[in-house]
Amino acid sequence: MSADDAADDLNVFLARETVEGADDGPLAGKTLAVKDNISTEGVATTCGSAMLEGYVPPYDATVVERVREAGATIVGKTNMDEFGMGGTTETSAYGPTKNPVDPERVPGGSSGGSAAAVAAGEADLALGSDTGGSVRNPAAFCGVVGIKPTYGLVSRYGLVAYANSLEQIGPLANTVEDAAALLDVIAGPDEHDATTRYDAAEDGPAVHPADETDYAATADGDVDGMTVGVPTELVEGADDAVVKVFEDALAELEAKGVETVEVSLPSVEHAVQAYYVIAMSEASSNLARFDGVRYGIGGGEGNWNESFARSREEGFGDEVKRRVLLGTYALSAGYHDKYYKKAQDARAWVKQDFDEALAEADVLATPTMPVVPPKRGESLDDPLALYLMDANTVPVNLANLPAISVPAGEADGLPVGMQFVGPAFGEEAVIRAGSAVEE
Amino acid sequence: MTTTDEGDDADVGGVDPDEVRHVADLARVDLDDEEAATFAEQFADVLDYFAALDEVPEVADEPDLVNVMRADEVRDGLTQEEALANAPESEAGFFKGPKVS
Repeated sequence: MSADDAADDLNVFLARETVEGADDGPLAGKTLAVKDNISTEGVATTCGSAMLEGYVPPYDATVVERVREAGATIVGKTNMDEFGMGGTTETSAYGPTKNPVDPERVPGGSSGGSAAAVAAGEADLALGSDTGGSVRNPAAFCGVVGIKPTYGLVSRYGLVAYANSLEQIGPLANTVEDAAALLDVIAGPDEHDATTRYDAAEDGPAVHPADETDYAATADGDVDGMTVGVPTELVEGADDAVVKVFEDALAELEAKGVETVEVSLPSVEHAVQAYYVIAMSEASSNLARFDGVRYGIGGGEGNWNESFARSREEGFGDEVKRRVLLGTYALSAGYHDKYYKKAQDARAWVKQDFDEALAEADVLATPTMPVVPPKRGESLDDPLALYLMDANTVPVNLANLPAISVPAGEADGLPVGMQFVGPAFGEEAVIRAGSAVEE
Repeated sequence: MTTTDEGDDADVGGVDPDEVRHVADLARVDLDDEEAATFAEQFADVLDYFAALDEVPEVADEPDLVNVMRADEVRDGLTQEEALANAPESEAGFFKGPKVS
Protein backbone atom coordinates (compact mmCIF):
# COMPACT_ATOMS: atom_id res chain seq x y z
CA MET A 1 0.00 0.00 0.00
CA SER A 2 1.43 3.41 -0.94
CA ALA A 3 1.60 6.24 1.54
CA ASP A 4 -1.29 8.00 -0.22
CA ASP A 5 -3.47 4.91 0.04
CA ALA A 6 -2.64 4.60 3.72
CA ALA A 7 -3.75 8.18 4.37
CA ASP A 8 -6.92 7.63 2.33
CA ASP A 9 -7.68 4.55 4.38
CA LEU A 10 -7.28 6.56 7.60
CA ASN A 11 -9.44 9.37 6.09
CA VAL A 12 -6.90 12.00 7.10
CA PHE A 13 -7.42 14.52 4.28
CA LEU A 14 -10.59 16.21 3.05
CA ALA A 15 -8.68 17.92 0.24
CA ARG A 16 -5.28 16.81 -0.90
CA GLU A 17 -3.83 19.80 -2.68
CA THR A 18 -0.23 20.93 -2.75
CA VAL A 19 0.46 24.61 -2.23
CA GLU A 20 4.14 25.44 -2.52
CA GLY A 21 5.58 27.94 -0.07
CA ALA A 22 8.39 30.47 -0.55
CA ASP A 23 11.75 29.07 -1.70
CA ASP A 24 13.48 30.06 1.46
CA GLY A 25 12.55 30.43 5.11
CA PRO A 26 12.59 28.73 8.51
CA LEU A 27 10.12 26.05 7.36
CA ALA A 28 11.69 25.44 3.91
CA GLY A 29 11.57 21.76 2.99
CA LYS A 30 8.84 21.01 5.57
CA THR A 31 5.44 19.64 4.63
CA LEU A 32 2.43 20.94 6.53
CA ALA A 33 -1.20 19.84 6.86
CA VAL A 34 -3.89 22.42 7.65
CA LYS A 35 -7.08 21.79 9.61
CA ASP A 36 -10.09 22.33 7.40
CA ASN A 37 -11.48 25.24 9.43
CA ILE A 38 -8.49 27.43 8.52
CA SER A 39 -9.09 29.37 5.30
CA THR A 40 -6.84 28.66 2.33
CA GLU A 41 -7.19 30.80 -0.79
CA GLY A 42 -8.39 28.72 -3.72
CA VAL A 43 -8.53 25.45 -1.74
CA ALA A 44 -11.86 24.10 -0.47
CA THR A 45 -12.45 24.66 3.27
CA THR A 46 -15.44 22.76 4.66
CA CYS A 47 -15.01 22.64 8.46
CA GLY A 48 -15.99 18.97 8.16
CA SER A 49 -19.55 20.14 7.42
CA ALA A 50 -21.99 19.44 4.61
CA MET A 51 -22.99 23.09 5.03
CA LEU A 52 -19.70 24.22 3.48
CA GLU A 53 -19.34 21.50 0.85
CA GLY A 54 -17.49 23.12 -2.04
CA TYR A 55 -16.82 26.43 -0.26
CA VAL A 56 -13.58 27.94 -1.59
CA PRO A 57 -12.26 30.88 0.45
CA PRO A 58 -11.10 33.89 -1.57
CA TYR A 59 -8.30 34.66 0.94
CA ASP A 60 -5.69 33.01 3.16
CA ALA A 61 -5.89 32.96 6.96
CA THR A 62 -3.02 34.96 8.48
CA VAL A 63 -1.37 31.77 9.76
CA VAL A 64 -1.51 30.26 6.25
CA GLU A 65 0.06 33.37 4.77
CA ARG A 66 2.83 33.11 7.39
CA VAL A 67 3.63 29.42 6.88
CA ARG A 68 3.77 29.94 3.12
CA GLU A 69 6.14 32.89 3.51
CA ALA A 70 8.23 30.70 5.86
CA GLY A 71 8.68 28.12 3.09
CA ALA A 72 6.36 25.31 4.19
CA THR A 73 4.62 23.23 1.53
CA ILE A 74 0.93 22.70 2.31
CA VAL A 75 -0.05 19.11 1.48
CA GLY A 76 -3.76 19.17 2.24
CA LYS A 77 -6.70 20.09 4.43
CA THR A 78 -7.37 17.71 7.30
CA ASN A 79 -10.52 16.08 8.57
CA MET A 80 -12.07 17.37 11.79
CA ASP A 81 -15.15 17.25 13.96
CA GLU A 82 -17.80 19.38 12.28
CA PHE A 83 -17.04 23.06 13.01
CA GLY A 84 -14.65 21.84 15.74
CA MET A 85 -17.46 20.34 17.81
CA GLY A 86 -16.39 16.97 19.14
CA GLY A 87 -13.48 15.21 20.75
CA THR A 88 -13.03 12.22 18.46
CA THR A 89 -13.24 13.39 14.79
CA GLU A 90 -16.35 11.22 14.42
CA THR A 91 -18.79 14.12 13.87
CA SER A 92 -17.28 15.06 10.48
CA ALA A 93 -19.81 14.97 7.66
CA TYR A 94 -17.09 13.20 5.63
CA GLY A 95 -16.69 10.20 7.92
CA PRO A 96 -14.40 9.57 10.89
CA THR A 97 -10.59 9.63 10.81
CA LYS A 98 -8.84 6.52 12.11
CA ASN A 99 -6.00 6.68 14.61
CA PRO A 100 -2.73 5.66 12.88
CA VAL A 101 -1.58 4.01 16.12
CA ASP A 102 -4.62 1.68 16.11
CA PRO A 103 -7.10 2.12 13.23
CA GLU A 104 -9.98 0.77 15.34
CA ARG A 105 -9.64 3.74 17.65
CA VAL A 106 -10.42 7.43 17.35
CA PRO A 107 -7.57 9.90 16.78
CA GLY A 108 -9.12 12.37 19.22
CA GLY A 109 -10.50 15.68 18.13
CA SER A 110 -11.44 18.02 16.93
CA SER A 111 -8.08 18.39 15.11
CA GLY A 112 -7.95 14.60 14.63
CA GLY A 113 -6.98 14.74 10.96
CA SER A 114 -4.08 17.11 11.70
CA ALA A 115 -2.69 14.90 14.50
CA ALA A 116 -3.17 11.76 12.38
CA ALA A 117 -1.39 13.38 9.42
CA VAL A 118 1.70 13.94 11.57
CA ALA A 119 1.49 10.55 13.32
CA ALA A 120 1.13 8.72 9.98
CA GLY A 121 4.08 10.56 8.44
CA GLU A 122 1.86 12.34 5.90
CA ALA A 123 3.14 15.75 6.99
CA ASP A 124 6.06 17.00 9.08
CA LEU A 125 3.88 19.60 10.74
CA ALA A 126 0.21 20.47 11.08
CA LEU A 127 -2.02 23.33 12.16
CA GLY A 128 -5.03 22.67 14.36
CA SER A 129 -7.33 24.81 16.47
CA ASP A 130 -7.94 24.41 20.20
CA THR A 131 -11.20 25.66 21.74
CA GLY A 132 -11.38 23.28 24.70
CA GLY A 133 -8.48 20.94 23.98
CA SER A 134 -8.83 20.26 20.27
CA VAL A 135 -5.07 20.36 19.59
CA ARG A 136 -3.90 18.69 22.80
CA ASN A 137 -6.51 15.92 22.83
CA PRO A 138 -5.63 14.45 19.39
CA ALA A 139 -1.92 15.04 20.03
CA ALA A 140 -2.22 12.86 23.15
CA PHE A 141 -4.31 10.17 21.42
CA CYS A 142 -2.01 9.96 18.37
CA GLY A 143 1.30 10.20 20.26
CA VAL A 144 2.48 13.55 18.87
CA VAL A 145 3.16 17.02 20.28
CA GLY A 146 0.51 19.78 20.30
CA ILE A 147 0.64 23.34 21.63
CA LYS A 148 -2.32 25.52 22.62
CA PRO A 149 -0.94 29.08 22.67
CA THR A 150 -1.99 31.81 25.09
CA TYR A 151 -5.13 33.56 23.85
CA GLY A 152 -3.94 36.48 21.75
CA LEU A 153 -0.53 35.09 20.76
CA VAL A 154 -1.67 33.84 17.35
CA SER A 155 -4.03 35.58 14.93
CA ARG A 156 -7.43 33.96 14.46
CA TYR A 157 -8.08 35.83 11.20
CA GLY A 158 -9.33 33.29 8.67
CA LEU A 159 -10.21 30.67 11.28
CA VAL A 160 -13.90 29.83 10.90
CA ALA A 161 -15.18 30.85 14.32
CA TYR A 162 -16.82 28.41 16.72
CA ALA A 163 -16.25 30.03 20.14
CA ASN A 164 -14.21 33.21 19.72
CA SER A 165 -13.32 33.88 23.34
CA LEU A 166 -11.75 30.42 23.76
CA GLU A 167 -10.09 29.31 20.54
CA GLN A 168 -6.52 29.60 19.34
CA ILE A 169 -4.76 28.09 16.33
CA GLY A 170 -1.92 25.80 17.46
CA PRO A 171 0.88 23.67 16.00
CA LEU A 172 1.23 19.87 15.94
CA ALA A 173 4.51 18.04 15.21
CA ASN A 174 6.57 14.97 16.02
CA THR A 175 8.88 16.84 18.38
CA VAL A 176 8.56 19.75 20.79
CA GLU A 177 11.26 21.63 18.88
CA ASP A 178 9.40 21.30 15.56
CA ALA A 179 6.10 22.39 17.11
CA ALA A 180 7.87 25.35 18.74
CA ALA A 181 9.48 26.31 15.41
CA LEU A 182 6.02 26.39 13.79
CA LEU A 183 4.76 28.51 16.69
CA ASP A 184 7.64 30.94 16.06
CA VAL A 185 6.32 31.40 12.52
CA ILE A 186 2.61 31.85 13.31
CA ALA A 187 2.85 33.93 16.52
CA GLY A 188 2.73 37.71 16.26
CA PRO A 189 0.44 40.73 15.96
CA ASP A 190 -2.06 41.00 13.12
CA GLU A 191 -3.99 44.09 12.19
CA HIS A 192 -6.76 41.86 10.82
CA ASP A 193 -7.52 40.40 14.27
CA ALA A 194 -8.24 42.78 17.13
CA THR A 195 -8.03 39.91 19.65
CA THR A 196 -4.32 39.35 19.05
CA ARG A 197 -2.37 40.89 21.90
CA TYR A 198 -1.25 44.43 21.21
CA ASP A 199 0.72 46.35 23.79
CA ALA A 200 0.74 50.02 22.94
CA ALA A 201 4.05 51.64 23.79
CA GLU A 202 4.18 55.30 24.77
CA ASP A 203 7.04 56.11 22.45
CA GLY A 204 7.64 53.83 19.51
CA PRO A 205 5.64 51.08 17.85
CA ALA A 206 3.35 48.65 19.62
CA VAL A 207 4.90 45.43 20.87
CA HIS A 208 3.70 41.84 20.90
CA PRO A 209 4.77 39.10 23.38
CA ALA A 210 6.32 37.02 20.56
CA ASP A 211 8.53 39.86 19.27
CA GLU A 212 11.58 38.87 21.29
CA THR A 213 11.02 35.14 21.63
CA ASP A 214 12.66 32.10 20.03
CA TYR A 215 10.42 29.23 21.06
CA ALA A 216 12.36 26.54 19.18
CA ALA A 217 15.56 27.41 21.04
CA THR A 218 13.70 26.93 24.33
CA ALA A 219 13.18 23.21 23.65
CA ASP A 220 16.51 22.36 25.28
CA GLY A 221 15.34 19.95 27.98
CA ASP A 222 17.03 22.00 30.69
CA VAL A 223 14.59 21.89 33.59
CA ASP A 224 17.05 21.85 36.49
CA GLY A 225 15.58 24.04 39.24
CA MET A 226 12.10 24.25 37.70
CA THR A 227 9.07 23.85 39.96
CA VAL A 228 6.19 21.77 38.60
CA GLY A 229 2.79 21.99 40.32
CA VAL A 230 0.53 18.96 40.23
CA PRO A 231 -3.18 19.79 40.62
CA THR A 232 -4.58 16.81 42.50
CA GLU A 233 -8.11 17.34 41.12
CA LEU A 234 -6.92 16.71 37.56
CA VAL A 235 -4.98 13.54 38.33
CA GLU A 236 -7.56 11.80 40.55
CA GLY A 237 -10.15 11.55 37.78
CA ALA A 238 -7.87 9.80 35.29
CA ASP A 239 -7.69 6.04 34.61
CA ASP A 240 -5.11 4.13 36.69
CA ALA A 241 -3.01 3.13 33.68
CA VAL A 242 -2.85 6.77 32.56
CA VAL A 243 -1.90 7.97 36.06
CA LYS A 244 0.93 5.40 36.21
CA VAL A 245 2.50 6.75 32.99
CA PHE A 246 2.05 10.30 34.25
CA GLU A 247 3.71 9.57 37.61
CA ASP A 248 6.63 7.78 35.95
CA ALA A 249 7.20 10.81 33.73
CA LEU A 250 7.08 13.11 36.78
CA ALA A 251 9.68 10.92 38.53
CA GLU A 252 11.98 11.27 35.52
CA LEU A 253 11.58 15.03 35.64
CA GLU A 254 12.52 14.98 39.33
CA ALA A 255 15.67 13.05 38.38
CA LYS A 256 16.48 16.00 36.08
CA GLY A 257 16.29 18.50 38.92
CA VAL A 258 12.62 19.41 38.90
CA GLU A 259 10.88 20.06 42.20
CA THR A 260 7.26 18.94 42.28
CA VAL A 261 4.64 20.50 44.54
CA GLU A 262 0.99 19.68 45.04
CA VAL A 263 -1.41 22.48 44.13
CA SER A 264 -5.17 22.72 44.32
CA LEU A 265 -7.65 23.99 41.74
CA PRO A 266 -11.05 23.69 43.48
CA SER A 267 -12.83 25.53 40.65
CA VAL A 268 -12.09 22.89 38.01
CA GLU A 269 -15.01 20.84 39.26
CA HIS A 270 -17.23 23.36 37.45
CA ALA A 271 -14.98 24.05 34.47
CA VAL A 272 -16.53 21.58 32.04
CA GLN A 273 -20.04 22.90 32.63
CA ALA A 274 -18.86 26.50 32.29
CA TYR A 275 -16.91 25.68 29.16
CA TYR A 276 -19.83 24.06 27.37
CA VAL A 277 -22.29 26.79 28.32
CA ILE A 278 -19.91 29.48 27.02
CA ALA A 279 -18.82 27.54 23.91
CA MET A 280 -22.38 26.61 22.95
CA SER A 281 -23.62 30.15 23.53
CA GLU A 282 -20.89 31.60 21.32
CA ALA A 283 -21.51 28.86 18.73
CA SER A 284 -25.22 29.65 18.55
CA SER A 285 -24.32 33.21 17.66
CA ASN A 286 -21.36 32.46 15.35
CA LEU A 287 -23.15 29.82 13.33
CA ALA A 288 -26.01 32.20 12.59
CA ARG A 289 -23.98 33.28 9.56
CA PHE A 290 -24.73 29.95 7.87
CA ASP A 291 -28.01 30.97 6.31
CA GLY A 292 -27.62 29.58 2.81
CA VAL A 293 -27.43 33.02 1.18
CA ARG A 294 -23.80 34.18 1.09
CA TYR A 295 -22.52 30.62 1.31
CA GLY A 296 -23.78 27.27 2.51
CA ILE A 297 -26.60 25.13 1.27
CA GLY A 298 -29.39 27.20 -0.26
CA GLY A 299 -32.76 26.87 1.45
CA GLY A 300 -34.87 27.09 -1.71
CA GLU A 301 -38.32 28.71 -1.95
CA GLY A 302 -40.41 30.11 0.88
CA ASN A 303 -39.93 33.07 3.21
CA TRP A 304 -36.66 33.95 4.90
CA ASN A 305 -37.21 32.04 8.17
CA GLU A 306 -38.41 28.87 6.47
CA SER A 307 -35.59 28.90 3.96
CA PHE A 308 -33.01 29.65 6.66
CA ALA A 309 -34.25 26.79 8.89
CA ARG A 310 -34.33 24.34 5.98
CA SER A 311 -30.77 25.20 4.95
CA ARG A 312 -29.56 24.54 8.48
CA GLU A 313 -31.56 21.32 8.90
CA GLU A 314 -29.85 19.98 5.81
CA GLY A 315 -26.39 21.44 6.35
CA PHE A 316 -25.69 20.80 10.05
CA GLY A 317 -24.94 17.45 11.68
CA ASP A 318 -26.33 16.26 15.04
CA GLU A 319 -23.58 17.59 17.30
CA VAL A 320 -23.71 21.03 15.69
CA LYS A 321 -27.50 21.20 16.02
CA ARG A 322 -27.22 20.02 19.62
CA ARG A 323 -24.78 22.80 20.51
CA VAL A 324 -26.55 25.56 18.59
CA LEU A 325 -29.84 24.62 20.28
CA LEU A 326 -28.36 24.31 23.78
CA GLY A 327 -26.53 27.61 23.26
CA THR A 328 -29.73 29.33 22.12
CA TYR A 329 -31.45 27.89 25.18
CA ALA A 330 -28.72 29.08 27.59
CA LEU A 331 -28.96 32.62 26.22
CA SER A 332 -32.75 32.77 26.03
CA ALA A 333 -34.90 34.94 28.28
CA GLY A 334 -35.18 33.49 31.78
CA TYR A 335 -32.12 31.27 31.50
CA HIS A 336 -29.33 33.75 30.82
CA ASP A 337 -28.64 34.33 34.53
CA LYS A 338 -28.99 30.65 35.42
CA TYR A 339 -26.51 29.37 32.84
CA TYR A 340 -24.52 32.00 30.97
CA LYS A 341 -23.87 34.42 33.82
CA LYS A 342 -22.96 31.58 36.20
CA ALA A 343 -20.61 30.16 33.58
CA GLN A 344 -18.83 33.52 33.37
CA ASP A 345 -18.46 33.52 37.17
CA ALA A 346 -16.98 30.02 36.97
CA ARG A 347 -14.61 31.19 34.27
CA ALA A 348 -13.33 34.02 36.48
CA TRP A 349 -12.95 31.56 39.36
CA VAL A 350 -10.90 29.17 37.20
CA LYS A 351 -8.62 32.03 36.13
CA GLN A 352 -8.11 33.04 39.75
CA ASP A 353 -7.29 29.45 40.76
CA PHE A 354 -4.71 29.11 38.01
CA ASP A 355 -3.12 32.42 38.98
CA GLU A 356 -2.75 31.23 42.57
CA ALA A 357 -1.37 27.82 41.56
CA LEU A 358 1.08 29.39 39.10
CA ALA A 359 2.36 31.65 41.88
CA GLU A 360 3.67 28.48 43.54
CA ALA A 361 5.06 26.75 40.45
CA ASP A 362 6.61 27.59 37.07
CA VAL A 363 4.25 25.24 35.25
CA LEU A 364 1.47 22.80 36.15
CA ALA A 365 1.43 19.19 34.97
CA THR A 366 -1.55 16.87 34.37
CA PRO A 367 -2.37 13.91 32.17
CA THR A 368 -3.66 15.51 28.92
CA MET A 369 -6.55 13.07 28.59
CA PRO A 370 -7.94 11.05 31.50
CA VAL A 371 -8.34 7.99 29.23
CA VAL A 372 -6.56 6.23 26.37
CA PRO A 373 -8.15 6.65 22.91
CA PRO A 374 -11.57 4.91 22.85
CA LYS A 375 -12.76 2.73 19.99
CA ARG A 376 -14.82 4.41 17.32
CA GLY A 377 -18.52 4.58 18.13
CA GLU A 378 -18.06 4.16 21.86
CA SER A 379 -18.84 7.73 22.87
CA LEU A 380 -21.02 9.14 20.10
CA ASP A 381 -24.44 8.27 21.51
CA ASP A 382 -23.77 9.80 24.90
CA PRO A 383 -22.91 13.49 24.49
CA LEU A 384 -22.32 13.95 28.21
CA ALA A 385 -19.66 11.22 28.32
CA LEU A 386 -17.92 12.93 25.41
CA TYR A 387 -17.99 16.31 27.18
CA LEU A 388 -16.49 14.85 30.37
CA MET A 389 -13.43 13.61 28.46
CA ASP A 390 -12.32 17.27 28.23
CA ALA A 391 -11.95 17.77 32.01
CA ASN A 392 -8.19 18.39 31.94
CA THR A 393 -7.97 20.54 28.84
CA VAL A 394 -10.93 22.97 29.02
CA PRO A 395 -9.88 24.82 32.21
CA VAL A 396 -6.83 26.08 30.30
CA ASN A 397 -8.98 27.67 27.58
CA LEU A 398 -11.26 29.26 30.18
CA ALA A 399 -8.17 30.86 31.73
CA ASN A 400 -6.66 31.79 28.32
CA LEU A 401 -3.33 30.14 29.26
CA PRO A 402 -0.71 28.32 27.15
CA ALA A 403 -0.36 24.53 27.34
CA ILE A 404 1.45 21.72 25.60
CA SER A 405 0.75 18.00 25.26
CA VAL A 406 3.76 15.71 24.83
CA PRO A 407 3.87 11.91 24.56
CA ALA A 408 4.78 10.56 28.01
CA GLY A 409 4.66 6.82 27.35
CA GLU A 410 2.12 4.09 26.71
CA ALA A 411 -0.69 2.39 28.60
CA ASP A 412 -1.95 -0.91 27.15
CA GLY A 413 0.12 -0.15 24.04
CA LEU A 414 -1.68 3.18 23.47
CA PRO A 415 -0.19 6.67 23.72
CA VAL A 416 -0.58 8.76 26.88
CA GLY A 417 -0.04 12.51 26.76
CA MET A 418 1.31 14.75 29.49
CA GLN A 419 0.09 18.33 29.65
CA PHE A 420 2.01 21.32 30.96
CA VAL A 421 0.19 24.60 31.63
CA GLY A 422 2.04 27.90 31.99
CA PRO A 423 1.30 31.51 32.89
CA ALA A 424 -0.10 33.83 30.19
CA PHE A 425 2.46 34.28 27.41
CA GLY A 426 4.75 31.85 29.26
CA GLU A 427 5.11 29.57 26.22
CA GLU A 428 8.83 29.16 26.89
CA ALA A 429 8.22 27.44 30.22
CA VAL A 430 5.78 24.84 28.85
CA ILE A 431 7.98 24.20 25.81
CA ARG A 432 11.04 23.68 28.01
CA ALA A 433 9.16 21.34 30.38
CA GLY A 434 7.71 19.41 27.45
CA SER A 435 11.08 18.96 25.81
CA ALA A 436 12.44 17.40 29.00
CA VAL A 437 9.76 14.68 28.89
CA GLU A 438 10.44 13.60 25.32
CA GLU A 439 14.18 13.12 25.80
CA MET B 1 -40.27 24.24 30.59
CA THR B 2 -40.58 27.10 28.18
CA THR B 3 -38.46 30.21 28.04
CA THR B 4 -40.99 32.05 30.20
CA ASP B 5 -41.64 29.32 32.77
CA GLU B 6 -39.46 29.56 35.86
CA GLY B 7 -41.27 26.79 37.77
CA ASP B 8 -39.93 23.60 39.34
CA ASP B 9 -39.62 21.81 36.02
CA ALA B 10 -37.02 24.32 34.89
CA ASP B 11 -34.83 23.61 37.91
CA VAL B 12 -34.55 19.90 37.27
CA GLY B 13 -33.91 20.39 33.58
CA GLY B 14 -36.91 18.47 32.27
CA VAL B 15 -37.36 19.04 28.55
CA ASP B 16 -40.07 17.74 26.23
CA PRO B 17 -39.94 17.60 22.43
CA ASP B 18 -42.20 20.66 22.07
CA GLU B 19 -39.77 22.74 24.07
CA VAL B 20 -36.91 21.51 21.93
CA ARG B 21 -38.93 22.59 18.90
CA HIS B 22 -39.48 26.03 20.41
CA VAL B 23 -35.74 26.54 20.86
CA ALA B 24 -35.09 25.12 17.39
CA ASP B 25 -37.53 27.67 16.05
CA LEU B 26 -35.64 30.48 17.79
CA ALA B 27 -32.38 29.12 16.39
CA ARG B 28 -33.88 28.65 12.90
CA VAL B 29 -33.13 24.96 12.63
CA ASP B 30 -35.80 22.56 11.31
CA LEU B 31 -35.96 19.26 13.21
CA ASP B 32 -37.76 16.06 12.32
CA ASP B 33 -39.82 14.24 15.00
CA GLU B 34 -37.11 11.73 15.74
CA GLU B 35 -34.48 14.45 16.26
CA ALA B 36 -36.76 16.42 18.56
CA ALA B 37 -37.37 13.32 20.70
CA THR B 38 -33.69 12.36 20.90
CA PHE B 39 -32.60 15.90 21.72
CA ALA B 40 -35.26 16.21 24.43
CA GLU B 41 -33.82 13.17 26.18
CA GLN B 42 -30.20 14.31 25.81
CA PHE B 43 -30.94 17.93 26.79
CA ALA B 44 -32.40 16.78 30.10
CA ASP B 45 -29.08 15.09 30.98
CA VAL B 46 -26.93 17.97 29.80
CA LEU B 47 -29.03 20.67 31.50
CA ASP B 48 -29.06 18.67 34.73
CA TYR B 49 -25.30 18.62 34.54
CA PHE B 50 -25.15 22.37 33.85
CA ALA B 51 -27.31 22.97 36.95
CA ALA B 52 -24.21 22.36 39.09
CA LEU B 53 -23.16 25.88 38.09
CA ASP B 54 -25.58 27.07 40.77
CA GLU B 55 -22.87 26.29 43.33
CA VAL B 56 -20.38 28.68 41.74
CA PRO B 57 -19.61 31.73 43.89
CA GLU B 58 -19.62 35.19 42.39
CA VAL B 59 -16.05 36.11 41.49
CA ALA B 60 -14.86 39.63 40.75
CA ASP B 61 -13.15 39.73 37.40
CA GLU B 62 -12.05 43.10 36.10
CA PRO B 63 -9.80 42.53 33.13
CA ASP B 64 -7.48 45.33 32.03
CA LEU B 65 -9.02 46.58 28.84
CA VAL B 66 -7.44 49.21 26.65
CA ASN B 67 -9.06 50.85 23.67
CA VAL B 68 -6.90 50.37 20.62
CA MET B 69 -7.66 52.74 17.76
CA ARG B 70 -6.40 52.81 14.24
CA ALA B 71 -6.75 55.36 11.49
CA ASP B 72 -9.95 54.91 9.50
CA GLU B 73 -8.39 54.40 6.10
CA VAL B 74 -9.88 52.92 2.95
CA ARG B 75 -8.19 49.64 2.03
CA ASP B 76 -8.65 46.96 -0.57
CA GLY B 77 -11.16 44.25 0.29
CA LEU B 78 -12.66 41.37 -1.64
CA THR B 79 -13.84 42.14 -5.15
CA GLN B 80 -17.57 41.89 -5.80
CA GLU B 81 -16.91 38.75 -7.84
CA GLU B 82 -14.94 37.12 -4.99
CA ALA B 83 -17.60 38.04 -2.43
CA LEU B 84 -20.32 36.44 -4.54
CA ALA B 85 -18.31 33.38 -5.60
CA ASN B 86 -19.68 31.06 -2.89
CA ALA B 87 -23.31 32.18 -2.90
CA PRO B 88 -25.82 29.49 -3.90
CA GLU B 89 -27.67 32.19 -5.88
CA SER B 90 -26.73 35.65 -7.06
CA GLU B 91 -28.19 38.03 -9.60
CA ALA B 92 -26.84 41.15 -11.28
CA GLY B 93 -24.00 41.49 -8.77
CA PHE B 94 -26.13 40.88 -5.66
CA PHE B 95 -26.73 37.99 -3.28
CA LYS B 96 -30.13 36.51 -3.96
CA GLY B 97 -32.02 35.54 -0.81
CA PRO B 98 -35.52 34.34 0.02
CA LYS B 99 -38.42 36.70 0.66
CA VAL B 100 -38.16 38.55 3.97
CA SER B 101 -41.88 38.56 4.72
